[in-house]
Amino acid sequence: MKSRDAILARVRTALGHALTPEVNPPDANHAPPDPPAARLRIPEMGMEARISTFMASLEKLAATARRAASPAEAGDIVRQLVENRRAVASNAPYLEVCGVTRFPGVRSGVGGRVELRQLCASADVGITSADYALADTGTLVLLSGPHEARMISLLPPAHIAVLPCERLLSGLDELFAVLPDPAALTSSMVLITGPSRTADIEQTLVRGVHGPGQVTVVLVG
Amino acid sequence: MMARRASLFVTCLVDQLFPRIGLSMAAVLERLGYTVDFPENQTCCGQPAFNSGYPEEARRVARHFLNVFETSESIVVPSGSCASMIVLHFGELFASDPEACRRARELASRVWEFSAFLTEAARVEDVGARLEEVATFHDGCHALRELGIRNAPRRLLSHVRGLELREMDPAEECCGFGGTFSVKFAALSGAMARDKVEAIVRTGARTVISLDLSCLMQIQGALSRAGLNIRTLHLAEVLASH
Amino acid sequence: MSLEFDRKIEQTLADSRLQQAIYSATGRFKQARLNVIAPDVLPDYQELRAQANRLKQYTLDHLDHYLEQFERNVEAHGGHVIFAQDGTEVADFVLSVAKARGARLIVKSKSMTTEEIDLNERLEHHGLEAVETDFGEYILQLAHERPYHIVAPALHKTRYDVAEILNQRLQVPHETVIEKQAAIARAALREKFLAADIGISGANFLVADSGAVVVVENEGNARLTTSAPNIHVAIAGIEKLIPRAQDLAIFLKLLARSATGQPLTVYTSFLAGPRREGEVDGPGEFYVVLLDNGRTKLLADQEKRQSLYCIRCGACLNTCPVYRKIGGHSFPWIYSGPIGAILTPQFLGREKEPSLPFASSLCGACAEVCPVKIDIPKLLLQLRAEVRESPRGASGSRWEKLAFRIFAWLMCHPRAYEMAGRIAASLAGSENGSWLRSLPWFLNRGPLRAWLSRRDLPPPPPRSFRQLWRQR
Repeated sequence: MKSRDAILARVRTALGHALTPEVNPPDANHAPPDPPAARLRIPEMGMEARISTFMASLEKLAATARRAASPAEAGDIVRQLVENRRAVASNAPYLEVCGVTRFPGVRSGVGGRVELRQLCASADVGITSADYALADTGTLVLLSGPHEARMISLLPPAHIAVLPCERLLSGLDELFAVLPDPAALTSSMVLITGPSRTADIEQTLVRGVHGPGQVTVVLVG
Repeated sequence: MMARRASLFVTCLVDQLFPRIGLSMAAVLERLGYTVDFPENQTCCGQPAFNSGYPEEARRVARHFLNVFETSESIVVPSGSCASMIVLHFGELFASDPEACRRARELASRVWEFSAFLTEAARVEDVGARLEEVATFHDGCHALRELGIRNAPRRLLSHVRGLELREMDPAEECCGFGGTFSVKFAALSGAMARDKVEAIVRTGARTVISLDLSCLMQIQGALSRAGLNIRTLHLAEVLASH
Repeated sequence: MSLEFDRKIEQTLADSRLQQAIYSATGRFKQARLNVIAPDVLPDYQELRAQANRLKQYTLDHLDHYLEQFERNVEAHGGHVIFAQDGTEVADFVLSVAKARGARLIVKSKSMTTEEIDLNERLEHHGLEAVETDFGEYILQLAHERPYHIVAPALHKTRYDVAEILNQRLQVPHETVIEKQAAIARAALREKFLAADIGISGANFLVADSGAVVVVENEGNARLTTSAPNIHVAIAGIEKLIPRAQDLAIFLKLLARSATGQPLTVYTSFLAGPRREGEVDGPGEFYVVLLDNGRTKLLADQEKRQSLYCIRCGACLNTCPVYRKIGGHSFPWIYSGPIGAILTPQFLGREKEPSLPFASSLCGACAEVCPVKIDIPKLLLQLRAEVRESPRGASGSRWEKLAFRIFAWLMCHPRAYEMAGRIAASLAGSENGSWLRSLPWFLNRGPLRAWLSRRDLPPPPPRSFRQLWRQR
């Protein structure tokens, strides 16, 4: 408490504000006057343009982009990719729709934190859906929840994401337009833009340092 | 044609060390039909003091400048760094003196770096110059970043008959002068100058042109040290050639 | 300048391999940035910068409000906010959590703020193991070195250096292939991630309306640090606040582009509290430590307050001709380059390195690339004036002050100025540079000689411009 008061007092003094604010108690969402207007510019982008931009962005990132006409086709693609590999899948309903959770070798429906971690640590590939994707940067947006756990797209050396093209947004601006308050929904929203990488030593690019070195996105529709 | 007037602020460096730059600038302006005058009481813009952390001393010199050029219609300066000092920093120096501040702002609208004066005030790009040479152009940092001058000198040089202009790569790199920086951090300044010399050599140019004498001195010094037979010329000298 | 600074500069200038490493690493970042902010790629780049500057200014102008809003929202989501005045309070807090939970092992993701307060040293002193997990930082930790650059901490290390370090510290066979070195680090660190009790991260942004911490990275170690252990502690300076989640649309676009030339980093984590009901993983405890450590002092200076806008992208380092020659370790503090030159005297006092604000040619390249439009050259000039004003100042500055008083007097008295010019010209010898040896003694000093020794100057002409003009 002491440090909190000291720091806030120093801040107020530095800014020339009253040491005891006039609004008492402060309204949780009371904003000071005249904040700069939020500026979200969402480009006009039809679905085909979103898809082609997204696929092109993924290629630039050395991620793999696959297109499927239907959830069933997506399921087939995934089945081929995980053949003979140990896979963990999230509880995303869309994966169920694509039939992914029924494949042999794919563990899903894991509810325990420790168990899930161990599974992910020994899996070859993690399969998730994505809540949104961003076309201009080739980004997947995953919100943590009963349907998506953090470790699945993080611990295994490969990550496959399957999502319907309806979830494809133009970019960051549109993301914050449709989702202005991510904190209301989740403790963790992660934007994933390609495979893990580093160039720390001699500027030499290495993929898959900690996160997955292989990212495959299957876009349906 | 009604005679247009231009007052010269030659800068202390040109006055004392390279007067021919001032004479070249006057010659070009006269060739274009300007009546050129030289307010005798001019000395310096105060930048050396300002950059070294002596704003009070700089303020005194700036005030003198304001007085000397009070009645000059257009003031032409053969230096990006001096022009930016006057146009951008006099106002800062007089921040707590509203009257001087007003005068400084008013003055700023009458002060021109030489190449900008030609292209924007005189609206001329071909001044009838001729110089058979392979040259490269060095952008002084103040002219480039503080005044946004990049195209004006190049457009002017493109009309110089016989001149082949080549661009450096990397371009827009500081030559390392920085006033007292070159004295206080001599080794570092010298290393930066050597990089500039290497970029110049890579262009194959025999002449380096710039619109700042301080950069030219820095570069010429490094060229001589490296034993290279490449000369430096101020833009005014090039434009005065025929 | 101090002998230490001078020595380090000289050492770096003389090391041609290091020069090459610095130049090529920064050159790559510099070019990559240009590619992604080009007008045909990001047409509203300048507008974004202006917006970012305005947002930072606004947030700092109302920092008390935003700190409290942030705190309320963190707590609403089940987290805790701790205010820390300095590094000791941060360490004390972490130690108290570790003690209460019986924690021994800590994993850390890259955070300049924790380096600023030497957190690892403090924790290790109390028997905790704090492991850096960013690949470059991990190598440096093993080598007991500090980072060389805000974004590329190990740019001064070769693969041979790394092979040596890994071999000695981890007892693994000597391995010079970088990909394999990364695999060794990955395996070693994975064990740590999965066993760690506490994960400590920094924060690139603190989002007031969400009570969220935003962390950007390319490797995935920050995600693991903030998700694997059951306790997450984020440590950030109070200036990291931004008002709204949607403001990230501006800042995220600027940060990665300015830092490494990527449109976005591989991972951007938006973390708002411990795991929620129904979430399978994530930490059960979430703490955000808000650090002052002198920031309120900077906040009080209206002109220099903009130093706090910095989003730690490193673009100013990559473009600075001085940094690109003297490198990160020549600077006296962990913040190097142009931003380091303005932060160091403000945080640590001018006496730490009085000549630091003068170690710049004022070329302005830094201001041109700063995504939040900090006017670094202007602040350097202010800091120079402050050094000169202070009673102790830099050594030799009494003479310099006198010299500039004389300069100002001469420049206000045209006849005297002209006379001085004529005297200097007549004293000029015919030998290159020798005329300067006959200059008044207080101008003909060491540094001037040093400048001279590196370049040849012609003697001044017999007649000045004004004399020639009169004769026309």
